Amino acid sequence: MPREYILHKVRTALGRSAGQAPAPAPEVRLSIPEWDFEARWRRFADALEKLGGKPERVPTREAARRRVAELVGDGPAVASDAPYLAECGISGLPAVASGFKDAAALRAACASAHYGITSADYALADTGTLVLLCSSQEPRLVSLLPPVHVAVLPAGRMLTGLDELLAILPQPAELTSAMVLITGPSRTADIEQILVRGVHGPGEVHVIVVEQE
Amino acid sequence: MAARVSLFVTCIVDQFFPRIGLATAELLERLGYRVEFPEGQTCCGQPAFNTGYREQARQVARHFLEVFQAAEHIVSPSASCVSMVKNHYPELFNKEPEWQQRARSLAGRIWELSQFLTEVARLEDVGARLEGVAAYHDGCHALRELGVREAPRRLLARVRGLKLREMPGAEECCGFGGTFSVKFPEISGAMARRKIQALCESGVEYVISADASCLMQIQGALSRAALPVRTLHLAEVLASR
Amino acid sequence: MTPLYQINIRKTLADEHLEEAIYAATGRLMDHRRKVVAPEVLPDYQELREQARRIKQHTLENLDYYLEQFEQQVTARGGALVWAREGSEAVDFLAELARRKQARLIVKSKSMTTEEIGLRERLEHHNLEIVETDLGEYIIQLAHEKPYHIVAPALHKTRYEVSEIFSRRLGVAAEAVPEKQTEIARQVLRQKFLAADIGVTGANFLVADSGAVVLVENEGNARLTSSAPRVQVAIAGIEKLIPRAQDLAVFLKLLGRSATGQPLTVYTSLLAGPRRPGDPDGPEEFYVVLLDNGRTRVLADRDKRQSLYCIRCGACLNHCPVYRRIGGHNYPWVYSGPIGKILSPQFQGLTQDPWLPFASSLCGACAEVCPVKIEIPRLLLDLRAEIVKAQQGENANRWERLAFRLWAWVMQRPKLYELAGTVAAAVLGEESGQSWISRLPAGLNIGPLRAWLSQRDLPPPGRSFRQLWRLRSSRVG
Repeated sequence: MPREYILHKVRTALGRSAGQAPAPAPEVRLSIPEWDFEARWRRFADALEKLGGKPERVPTREAARRRVAELVGDGPAVASDAPYLAECGISGLPAVASGFKDAAALRAACASAHYGITSADYALADTGTLVLLCSSQEPRLVSLLPPVHVAVLPAGRMLTGLDELLAILPQPAELTSAMVLITGPSRTADIEQILVRGVHGPGEVHVIVVEQE
Repeated sequence: MAARVSLFVTCIVDQFFPRIGLATAELLERLGYRVEFPEGQTCCGQPAFNTGYREQARQVARHFLEVFQAAEHIVSPSASCVSMVKNHYPELFNKEPEWQQRARSLAGRIWELSQFLTEVARLEDVGARLEGVAAYHDGCHALRELGVREAPRRLLARVRGLKLREMPGAEECCGFGGTFSVKFPEISGAMARRKIQALCESGVEYVISADASCLMQIQGALSRAALPVRTLHLAEVLASR
Repeated sequence: MTPLYQINIRKTLADEHLEEAIYAATGRLMDHRRKVVAPEVLPDYQELREQARRIKQHTLENLDYYLEQFEQQVTARGGALVWAREGSEAVDFLAELARRKQARLIVKSKSMTTEEIGLRERLEHHNLEIVETDLGEYIIQLAHEKPYHIVAPALHKTRYEVSEIFSRRLGVAAEAVPEKQTEIARQVLRQKFLAADIGVTGANFLVADSGAVVLVENEGNARLTSSAPRVQVAIAGIEKLIPRAQDLAVFLKLLGRSATGQPLTVYTSLLAGPRRPGDPDGPEEFYVVLLDNGRTRVLADRDKRQSLYCIRCGACLNHCPVYRRIGGHNYPWVYSGPIGKILSPQFQGLTQDPWLPFASSLCGACAEVCPVKIEIPRLLLDLRAEIVKAQQGENANRWERLAFRLWAWVMQRPKLYELAGTVAAAVLGEESGQSWISRLPAGLNIGPLRAWLSQRDLPPPGRSFRQLWRLRSSRVG
């Protein structure tokens, strides 16, 4: 059987026996800098802007709702069922479709929408990254199919960086079948190394961070 | 009583570039060392090792270890040969603990010239003078196997009348690589041409290196391109007055 | 008779445009990397490399444990693990799966492992349509070529060549603007993603404690490949394992920076199993195929086991002065550059392409930039020694062997060495060696020496150093 064959070859190669405990793994050292929100925001905005993304900061949830309404205009826009979007009143916006019960309908909506609106579980300041833990409330395709991705999240979810994320979430697989780190718009340099944005994923990424608690 | 230094000139300098060996000896004597030349020396064994002939390399290495057994400090104008002895001899003898021990002991006593000057003699100004504009080419063995990068530059910075310019791509291989240049002459030549293109762009009169093989490689490309840049070994520059 | 590989190398070196393209492209990648690993930007870069090396070493030294843990976790999350001893077993599994699912269309994201086993070509025999979705790979697929570089498969193609490929294979009007070409590919491939029955990916990392597949990319095609179709299959070599999700803190900091100068690539996905209950999208079935295909043989070699640390960043290719001149197609296997030089002999056999490990000046630039500290020059030297040994019985290097035997004999006898030097000097005469050597009959197999001498000048022979030293000492007294 291939399984036994491979395991046997591995053990022989290493001089180990079945059931033998592993040597202790090297320690992981995660470092979390002490940055207040202002410092985090500055780094996040800087990093994301350099990549062609559009970071914005608004004082209230109401301001976030207005900003999103401005951005999507007449749509078509699709939004996830993230509770935070509902709290901001975004899922209720006229041009925004959400609350899909049918997977096929959701998919069709994502494929034809121009705007995909999500929240985000975390943001990572040092790289300008969004962290989405996909779930029943946060589908995979909303942040992927439409050419414009708009993410709205509260300031409290902004972490310093990857180390802090992994410190908080040592086992992401327990929570989700897909954790995605999104750092700016989709891009390629495959043709003559010329940078082109929006290859398969969204070519435009807006991140709206809400100060209000 | 002047400190004793044993000169390991290397086969390539011995046969083809004796002036480099003489410059090294003169320089060391001027700095107050008593220079001796163990006549039994031949080669470090690198050509065989490089080409996969370990047994032959070992034979030659054993001879080397015998010749230099009693040396206090061994100084050589060739970074690649020093690296062979320091970094590869212990591995070469990994099945012969006695020889490996001897190799390890010797590894602590062998120096490439610029390393010796800056770390043992603790000098940067050796009283040299040479008018001109020059670039320093980092030989790969010197740079990556011995960690020699700052030492030659610091020494050259003190040479009166010498203006040192950084050459673009100074760290890129010149293409010699021993056996490589024989087995893959076209690639080797292409690498040398790239090197001299960078030299051209930096507008220098001299290119200096700590390895005669690099100089031979670069000089070959320079003369074929009819460029007026001259190659000089670090020892020759430091011995100039 | 000049061997084919030499002819091909010469052709590449003679193609000025191609030369310029490869050199410039790799130069840019080098610059991008340098900026983001500089001490001011990433002060613990060297420490991270050491940590990465240690983690890889530990994982490989305990690989059976981690393989079993990974299997357990994948299964616990509702996925299925498939073990493939060789490429053909992986292909057969996929073909059988496609048959069971009545699949017609497969989309695929970039994976060197699938190139290694010729997955696409073999599956096409089973009457399946398989589409590469990474833009560079898509171009290469349409052009029927091998990838040129581990990270940038279409590095060697100009926009005009891409225009020609698209109009010929897709029937579109000629379009030479990269943005527009990308848009064409995006439209075509979008339809494929949404219609595909199976999505096949590789894996940058396999996380043992999570049963997760990690995909690192910039375009979004790996996300689409792993999210749109009903069935997802990830194919990866057994060496891709890392122990914990937390180890990504080390590897993700190194991979993007080393490959393209990006602190993080646009998308990093950690995928664990099929969709969970309530998830509105994501695959319904999730398979991970673990591939051996010769890796256990490399694992058994203590010294060369480190070849398996590779995280496929491509930094060694970008920094290799040889790769930068001869490009990816002059390497005999799918893996090119310095890593290809040490993997090919170990996977394909030492005497398959015995010239390969010798096609290096051992400059060490690769080892300097390898994020997992593989000692490539050292392994090249080991392989050279093994090849020489393996060829002992053959005629192949008879003269070379004899020459080194003689050389070693002379080098142990200083008086003989000196004599040989004097004789050579006398024989070479007043001029340096080229002239009379070029007059020797070709059959003496000194072609290499002739070529070598044609590029270098031996100085006019005179006294050797030792002769001069003796003179000097006698004078000084």
